[in-house]
Amino acid sequence: MGKTFLKPEALSNAYTHYCPGCTHGIIHRLVAEAIDELEIRGRTVGIAPVGCAVLSYNYFTFDFQEAAHGRAPAMATGIKRVRPDLIAFTYQGDGDLASIGMGEIIHAANRGEKFTTIFVNNAIYGMTGGQMAPTTMPGQKATTAPFGRDVKETGMPIKMCELLSSLETKAYITRQTVLKPKYINKAKKAIKKAFEYQIEKKCYTFVEVVSTCPTNWGMTPQKALKWAEDTLLPYYPLGEFKTPE
Amino acid sequence: MAKVLMKGNEAIGEAAIRAGCLNYFAYPITPQSEVAEYLAKRMPEVNGVFLQGESEVAVGYMIFGAAACGERVMTTSSSPGISLMSEAISYISGARCPAVFVNIMRGGPGLGGILPSQGDYLQATKGGGHGDYKMLVMAPDGVQEAVEMTMLAFPLAEKYRNPVMILGDGLIGQMMEPVEFPNNLNKEPTNKDHWATNGMDTRKSKEKNIVKSLFLDPKVLNDHNLTLKSQYEKMKKQEIRFEAYNTDSDYQILIVSYGTMSRVCKTVIDNLKIQGIEVGMIRPKTLFPFPEKAVYDAACKKSCKKVVSIEMNMGQMLEDIERCVKGKKEVSWYGKCGGDVPTPEEIINHIKLLLK
Ligand SMILES: Cc1ncc(C[n+]2csc(CCOP(=O)(O)OP(=O)(O)O)c2C)c(N)n1
Ligand code: SF4
Repeated sequence: MGKTFLKPEALSNAYTHYCPGCTHGIIHRLVAEAIDELEIRGRTVGIAPVGCAVLSYNYFTFDFQEAAHGRAPAMATGIKRVRPDLIAFTYQGDGDLASIGMGEIIHAANRGEKFTTIFVNNAIYGMTGGQMAPTTMPGQKATTAPFGRDVKETGMPIKMCELLSSLETKAYITRQTVLKPKYINKAKKAIKKAFEYQIEKKCYTFVEVVSTCPTNWGMTPQKALKWAEDTLLPYYPLGEFKTPE
Repeated sequence: MAKVLMKGNEAIGEAAIRAGCLNYFAYPITPQSEVAEYLAKRMPEVNGVFLQGESEVAVGYMIFGAAACGERVMTTSSSPGISLMSEAISYISGARCPAVFVNIMRGGPGLGGILPSQGDYLQATKGGGHGDYKMLVMAPDGVQEAVEMTMLAFPLAEKYRNPVMILGDGLIGQMMEPVEFPNNLNKEPTNKDHWATNGMDTRKSKEKNIVKSLFLDPKVLNDHNLTLKSQYEKMKKQEIRFEAYNTDSDYQILIVSYGTMSRVCKTVIDNLKIQGIEVGMIRPKTLFPFPEKAVYDAACKKSCKKVVSIEMNMGQMLEDIERCVKGKKEVSWYGKCGGDVPTPEEIINHIKLLLK
């Protein structure tokens, strides 16, 4: 019997630098599978964020640009405006996208730029060592919120799908997660659908993926999955928020 | 080709198109918004890209994304906007992408004013953004030169894989002058397949290209910076451009001045000549690389008593001139930076004072 579970062509052979139990790796694989299945690797350009996924270009086997912190949507805009035939996606964390890059993401979505955003929401700043993110939960501890996030001082966590869905421009906006196999299959379908819409030049496409950061949450990978399901999913409900149809 | 009468800002927009740059991103700011207004009409006629971004920060990265695909791309702005783009300029330099930035300077610091200024000399030539990078900076003295330099900027940016800046004061953008456009350039930048993220299919390659500025290994980052430095050294050998004015005479004073200011200085030199006072001028056309040897040699001329930097700022180029003259002659500054251009009479009085 031949092998039935192969590494996607769009993923390289490199070992990732992600922590054990981190869900970034699963999300990379889903993106790679979608790109393989749609046979777009030769015309895809990824845009890496500043965050834990900054080195993601080492793990994919197609062209990549590396953005400044938060600016990936502006770079993707540049790419798609001058080369509409290319397929572009930004891969961004919650600090990158919902804090420093809030202006760029809203305006790119509102212009209906024909690229895809994979938004990895792990409710914390991973790369810089666990500081508070705009998506950090009320009471959740972070190195810059040592007593837990005080929403009286810092406001409530930002729900990006809901925020972007309020724009009148046509878009595909969905929130998914990879906490369990059943969720992973759905997330895969959503990511593929986003790229399909992009190929059809239909609309801006945004897939939020509720993710984990066991290292900076100070949890084992198993505990992190459970905490995310119990704490994050009720606040960040899964589902399609907007479709271009 | 016949001469046409054009406003500087519009001529810069037209020059970009004739240089084969069909991609333009910008955010409005006085005194250069006419470039965007001109190209908003003109780009659709040539199937080009025009996009008004949401901020200069975003525009800087639209330029980066487009440039990293190997496409010719330009933005124009004025001082506060260039401050916001400076982060992107640092990244674009670090990632070695060609792109053209036009700064039609206004007074500063802060909101400053909307009248002409040369207050961004240091920002343009010494950094602005972080890290060890340099832009190639050209300073036109009128609409004709603004056109020529804009058209030259694209091949130079591609030759060095580095951003090029056209640094003009507000007058260059606002005044109308007859211009003659040089021949159109080739549409396609060549020789980009080894670095650009233009899609593997486009370049029929199985190897991915990565455009990035992060090099975590200290040796690799040092080597990368040495590569950048070697490009800047090559610019110093090959790209210095300047004009010498009345330097055959036995001038007693050497002016160093650029842009609109240098044109006033030419009037000064002509007037003083009639009065029997000889003044020479070196006009840098490239501010980086700076015409170091030309300034040094001109300052060393026996007849020359003093060197004066005349600028519409508080003495920014002065630092470069002092560096070049190496103490051989006394160097001083004269200028204004509120938005008024110093008049020929004011400069003549100052030069007479220097000769006392
Ligand atoms: C202009 C700028 N400010 C700050 C930083 C430092 N920085 C790097 S990554 C990061 C936060 C990353 O968090 P997130 O986007 O949530 O991604 P994650 O690492 O969790 O995947 C910060 C603040 C930077 N690189 N650039
Ligand atoms: S710090 Fe967190 S997000 Fe970053 S790799 Fe480790 S677990 Fe993943």
